[in-house]
Amino acid sequence: MSDPITGLAHMLGQPFIQHALVAGTSIALLSGLVGYFVVLRGQVFAGDALSHVAYAGALAALAAGVDLRFGLFAATIAVGLVLGLLGGRRAADDVVIGTAFAWVLGLGVFFLAIYTTHSATGNSAANVNVLFGSILGISASAASTAAWIAVGLIALLLVLARPLLFASLDPDVARASGVPVRLLGPLFLAIVGATAAEASQAIGALLLFGLLAAPPAAAQRLTDRPWRGFVLSGLLSVLCLWIGVCVAYAAPKLPVSFTIMTTSTVLYAGVVLVTTVRWPAFSRRGGAARP
Amino acid sequence: MSAVLELDRAAVAVAGRTIWSGVSLQVQAGEFVAILGPNGVGKSTLLKAVLGLTPLSGGAMTVLGDRPGHVNGRIGYLPQRRAFDPNTRVRGVDIVRLGLDGDRWGVPLPGRLAGSAGRRARERVEEVIALVGAGAYAGRPIGQCSGGEQQRLLIAQALIRGPELLVLDEPLDSLDVTNQASVSALIRDVCRSQNVAVLLVAHDVNPILPYLDQVIYLAHGGAVMGPPEEVITADTLTMLYGTPIDVLRDRAGRLVVVGQPDAHAEHR
Ligand SMILES: Nc1ncnc2c1ncn2[C@@H]1O[C@H](COP(=O)(O)OP(=O)(O)O)[C@@H](O)[C@H]1O
Ligand SMILES: [Mg+2]
Repeated sequence: MSDPITGLAHMLGQPFIQHALVAGTSIALLSGLVGYFVVLRGQVFAGDALSHVAYAGALAALAAGVDLRFGLFAATIAVGLVLGLLGGRRAADDVVIGTAFAWVLGLGVFFLAIYTTHSATGNSAANVNVLFGSILGISASAASTAAWIAVGLIALLLVLARPLLFASLDPDVARASGVPVRLLGPLFLAIVGATAAEASQAIGALLLFGLLAAPPAAAQRLTDRPWRGFVLSGLLSVLCLWIGVCVAYAAPKLPVSFTIMTTSTVLYAGVVLVTTVRWPAFSRRGGAARP
Repeated sequence: MSAVLELDRAAVAVAGRTIWSGVSLQVQAGEFVAILGPNGVGKSTLLKAVLGLTPLSGGAMTVLGDRPGHVNGRIGYLPQRRAFDPNTRVRGVDIVRLGLDGDRWGVPLPGRLAGSAGRRARERVEEVIALVGAGAYAGRPIGQCSGGEQQRLLIAQALIRGPELLVLDEPLDSLDVTNQASVSALIRDVCRSQNVAVLLVAHDVNPILPYLDQVIYLAHGGAVMGPPEEVITADTLTMLYGTPIDVLRDRAGRLVVVGQPDAHAEHR
């Protein structure tokens, strides 16, 4: 066994690891930053629904014989916009969203059936990749495309960030101050959709919550300053990805999506534990202060 | 003297239904005005019309010499609300700060990078927090502040741009009696010391009664406006609410309204 430093150097010398880290870092940063607002706005369920859409969209594209990424982005952005326009905030339409998206997942299975019966190879690896990700198998060109899309989405989010924070915490006052609250809602869910499409390339449609919900939730427990929480959320998400990729490299038997998910779950559980044990007085005071 | 707010036979319709019409009234600079009336009569709608969030369906309105919605930077607004979700992990100071620059695109630069503009913004936040006396809990997550503490922080947010008009929708709702008295006194102080006109919707008029310059009663699709001694009489109130209401004087000579609907049901 070589020492960890040479091991790390060796790992970073591998092209497939470089591609994974380029795509993964940008996707994780995007997921963490977008996730901060998803958690703050209580839209975790809508985000989850969009991951189902990502799955169905990708398989629809495969069944139709077009680029998988086209299906991913078209489906998630369109559905994100529609959800936002329907006013899909908070629990009001949980049943509607839940039912609609179970059906969307069913659609995915339907497209999978078409795809497997009509393609000569009968390839179900594509299905597995969409569901559970394939970051260690990403090509150089796919990695750079994913990175550029992530950079563009992050830039857009940064432009919207402050009014979005205002609209998330205090929609009525934000609207009176001239924030286009009704425009920001659908626009933000379209960004969440695009993020789901990005993240499902890295860790899979079913697992993207490892990067979209756990790091932001951990960040919000660690700081009550919004901008610190926002940045921390992005960094924690990147950290989860890096640790996950390193562990998967060191233990090739473990699938990388599993190691990333495990890292983010452990991170969140650890943060909950630490903040509950270390600041019990803090939580108690909060409980007592409520009317 | 120019009026801060002027309505001339104004009417509003929501979803095709006329909420009120033929409303004419004037509010002068620095006046403390209460808007009273039964539930669902259109008090919140009146405030939204002042902010340009709900369009008039008839008549005319001038706000700070301009059309509604064009001068919201000079108006502080506190909407009718429930408390913040207890899990909201954002500090009170940050909520107050959003009142200053929350509508600007981009993200604020961190600490030192923000330069003198950033320092001035932070000083202004501290100033209004001190003004409302919220210094002790402004650094706590707002979800963990009590109803009264949240209300003070939101008043600080409404005051941060130095408004000429404060528009407050039931700021005393869900506060206990002590907090009702102290928040009312705070609003009166702000009104007098900064010469800010205040439009305040109230369910229970008693906590603010001693401070009022004018009262607007909304009822039966219209409005009556006048000084409290004229409007707050047993006959007028009984007529407006359609249920028996008495107006008494306590030992200090202050008016007390008894039998007002909702007042007790709302303040558990
Ligand atoms: N968005 C809306 N759509 C339809 N009706 C509404 C809407 N908002 C308010 N209303 C109606 O307008 C009336 C006035 O409401 P509101 O101004 O909130 O009353 P108040 O504040 O006096 O209790 C009510 O009858 C209410 O049902
Ligand atoms: Mg109301």
